[in-house]
Amino acid sequence: MKRFLKIIFYLSLIALVIWIDMPEALRQKYKITSSLDFSLLGIKVRKTFKTSLGLDLKGGSHLVFEADTKNTKQEDLQDSLSSARDIIEKRVNFFGVSEPTVQTLKSGNNYRIAVDLPGIEKVDEAITLIGKTAQLTFREEKILDDKSASPTATLVETKLTGTHIKKASVDFNQQDGKPQVALSFNDEGAKLFGEITQRNVGKPLAIVVDNSLISAPTVQQAILDGNAVITGNFTVDEAKKLAISINSGALPLSIKLVEEKNIGPTLGANEVKKSVYAGGIGLSAVLIFMVLFYGKLGLIASLALIIYGLISYAIFRTIPVVLTLPGVAGFILSIGMAVDSNILIFERIKEELRKGREFDIAFRLGFGRAIDAIKDANITTLLVSFILFNPLNWEFLPQFGMVRGFALTLAIGVATSLFTGVVITKRLISMFYKVK
Amino acid sequence: MVNFLKYKFIYFFISLLVIGVGLFSFFKWGYRYSIDFVGGSNLDYQLNKDITESALQKALNNSKIQIVYLKIDGKVINLRTKELEQNQENNLKTALEKDLKVKITVLKSETVGPILGRETIIKTGVASIFAILGILIYMSIAFKGFNFALAAILATVHDLLVVVGSYSIISHFFGAEVDTMFVTAVLTTMSFSVHDTIVIFDKIREYLQTENQENIEYFANRALTETMVRSINNSMTIVFMLLALALMGGSTIKFFIIALLIGTVTGTYSSPFIATPILVWLEKRRKK
Repeated sequence: MKRFLKIIFYLSLIALVIWIDMPEALRQKYKITSSLDFSLLGIKVRKTFKTSLGLDLKGGSHLVFEADTKNTKQEDLQDSLSSARDIIEKRVNFFGVSEPTVQTLKSGNNYRIAVDLPGIEKVDEAITLIGKTAQLTFREEKILDDKSASPTATLVETKLTGTHIKKASVDFNQQDGKPQVALSFNDEGAKLFGEITQRNVGKPLAIVVDNSLISAPTVQQAILDGNAVITGNFTVDEAKKLAISINSGALPLSIKLVEEKNIGPTLGANEVKKSVYAGGIGLSAVLIFMVLFYGKLGLIASLALIIYGLISYAIFRTIPVVLTLPGVAGFILSIGMAVDSNILIFERIKEELRKGREFDIAFRLGFGRAIDAIKDANITTLLVSFILFNPLNWEFLPQFGMVRGFALTLAIGVATSLFTGVVITKRLISMFYKVK
Repeated sequence: MVNFLKYKFIYFFISLLVIGVGLFSFFKWGYRYSIDFVGGSNLDYQLNKDITESALQKALNNSKIQIVYLKIDGKVINLRTKELEQNQENNLKTALEKDLKVKITVLKSETVGPILGRETIIKTGVASIFAILGILIYMSIAFKGFNFALAAILATVHDLLVVVGSYSIISHFFGAEVDTMFVTAVLTTMSFSVHDTIVIFDKIREYLQTENQENIEYFANRALTETMVRSINNSMTIVFMLLALALMGGSTIKFFIIALLIGTVTGTYSSPFIATPILVWLEKRRKK
């Protein structure tokens, strides 16, 4: 009975892993879902399993901006940085890239904001938009010298600025169908706007963004409902950009681009194909080698290795681990290391058999001895990957994505290999090797 | 049982030779550092037809941009320049397209500021020191014996020197760059080296504890004989994997994989042939 339950357990584990690992193309063909959505004891579980690829594999841009913190007070620094981060995030979302990441990094006295934009092509535009400080002001006409014969008018700023805007959005002019930016003010803004329009009926009101005049419509009547539009000769794209930069407001700090990495989409796709191919060849070579050298045990080890690969990949998809090229390399290296656990166990078992022991006893003794060495040996690998991954984001250690990707897949690989090497191989041997 | 230790001077000689040549290259030619460390711009362009190096050189001279390094690989060109602004980069691309009458697809373009580069060097150095210290402490605890730890560490240093030295040769002749991935490869090599040494030392320790004999040399030879097949087999599987990646994998990680490959081979070599003879020597000295 117990044995039966165990078999059920392992079979369902394998089924779960296979379900998580299933490629997208197959899912579509057989209409199998890739997400979980259910309630368990009142906790909602929602999870989609997919492989996330890093910038180097699917193409995109990695930008690092350095914040100028000279004019910011120490106590305001954290707030300014996180609001700058939020603003940049809003601006980045405009580009419609999937899963952009924006994070702040501290290094000594330098504060940086790293922006990852997967799959983006027009990177120059993105850089400009991210760094832009859109400052919107409304200016009214003021007669300077109304006693002279020819009065000269000048534009002066009103109290109404971009900070009074609740929302800016793109819509289209009902008469000519041209794109325009619609503004809605908050309560204070609506009051100010009402006053300004009241005293300026028949006169122009200028809308200025970043010191350039966008439009200067003539006020027809007082507007009290807190809505206004900016018309101009916009294309839809320009109107969108204006709306986004008004929405996000000005950055509280000025930023400067210090690092830029762009990877074209063709390079990434090519690299993935090559690496997967190479990994397949390497894996087959290992499997053939194991079978030739260790015979039946080698076959079992190969089976364990395939299960190992599937479990690791399922873990990558579950967490999800962002796979970069070095990450793939780390995974492939960990496959090599997983084989090692098996070899250690087999050599130990063989050794015990040579001493003339029964298979059952040799199996148990060899296993026990091998586990010690496996545990010891893998700890250093875990230690090094811990330092490389820098999980606590210590600023004195490297914080680069590439190295992290390698360390993470290597660590997951080694941890999984401890499990499969020990549990799965043992189970497989006792299942298939009983009768001799 | 094979008397491996009899030939220890041959092993040392081979190691000295490899390290010597590597260090010679290191001091004579040094490395090419990636922009991650020294700042600058790195551009990979895919052209739609073949061009000659002299034509490219001429076009680049016209652009007045200072080129640090230039490589043509079929229709792909790789340019290393001093730090470029976005518009300088665009101008360069347009100028090249016009001068050479080609169409350029940007495969990769990277720019790193010099300050960031300096910082990366420091941080990478700190990470390496932490890793080495961590391995040292772990070894001392795991073996409860200073000699075991010291022998394993010397072997690790040996592997470090081999990788650092031979990478400089590759850097000089094939244009490999020292970047953060190289540092990763070096650290991985170190952990792998220790991993292998532990397996052998584990055996020696076991004999010392279970059998009433004091002959360390005999135990060491026995441990080597018993672990040799395992060591070679284990390395072979990793070598298969890495070799496949190096030969057929993506070009961006090629040198990283080669560094790992060198690390795997030297890591496997140093455990039986460097760490073990040193351990025997240290233990014998202690007895005297």
